[in-house]
Amino acid sequence: MKLVYFAWVREKAGLSTEDVTPPADVTDVAGLIDWLKGRGEGYGEAFADLDLVRVAVNQSHVDLDHALAASDEVAFFPPVTGG
Amino acid sequence: MIRVQTEDFDLGAEIARMTDGKTSIGGICSFSGLVRDIVGEAGDTGVAAMTLEHYPGMTEKALQEIEAEARDRWPLDDVLIVHRYGRLEPGDNIVLVIAASAHRDAAFDACRFLIDWLKTKAPFWKLEETTDGTNWVEAKESDDTAADRWNKD
Repeated sequence: MKLVYFAWVREKAGLSTEDVTPPADVTDVAGLIDWLKGRGEGYGEAFADLDLVRVAVNQSHVDLDHALAASDEVAFFPPVTGG
Repeated sequence: MIRVQTEDFDLGAEIARMTDGKTSIGGICSFSGLVRDIVGEAGDTGVAAMTLEHYPGMTEKALQEIEAEARDRWPLDDVLIVHRYGRLEPGDNIVLVIAASAHRDAAFDACRFLIDWLKTKAPFWKLEETTDGTNWVEAKESDDTAADRWNKD
């Protein structure tokens, strides 16, 4: 599974992209976030307030209950501020 | 058509290209977004510059989806969305949206729709440089409200 991070989520997580293999009991976005938070302080800070984090799977916006597959590209970022 | 680029754009040149050899267009509406030198609503600290980060791949996909939705909702002859990324300074262009149609209502509505949806759906983030340091611009609730009014029940 490919993870990508943007803006302050990237800064707090401490990296912009990584390949991970979560355990089998991680089946959705919320589960992935819980697992990531256990991997280090930076993740804990990035995901401290999930009201401020948006998620895209395979480059489409999704909610936290979105189911995940091993081949997915999952992106985490703050609410967008373009335009 | 959508474009994501670091280069500047020229509104007049884009409209001329859009209308060249095409006589079905009766009205064109455009919106240009520029970097301003004030912070938030209070506006007392100067913005020295702004760096736009985006999600290559998803950005193009999101903008194409927004264009397709506009074409689905209104009878449009042409649509152009140009969004810049990278470091920009006050006065620089950030974004351009153009909607062309046979009649003005479709052009006005589609233009407003395009920029409203872009602001809440396209994956761009602004990092402001001010005299106090750098900070990520926070999303505004008013932008959500503006986008939501185009939602269909």
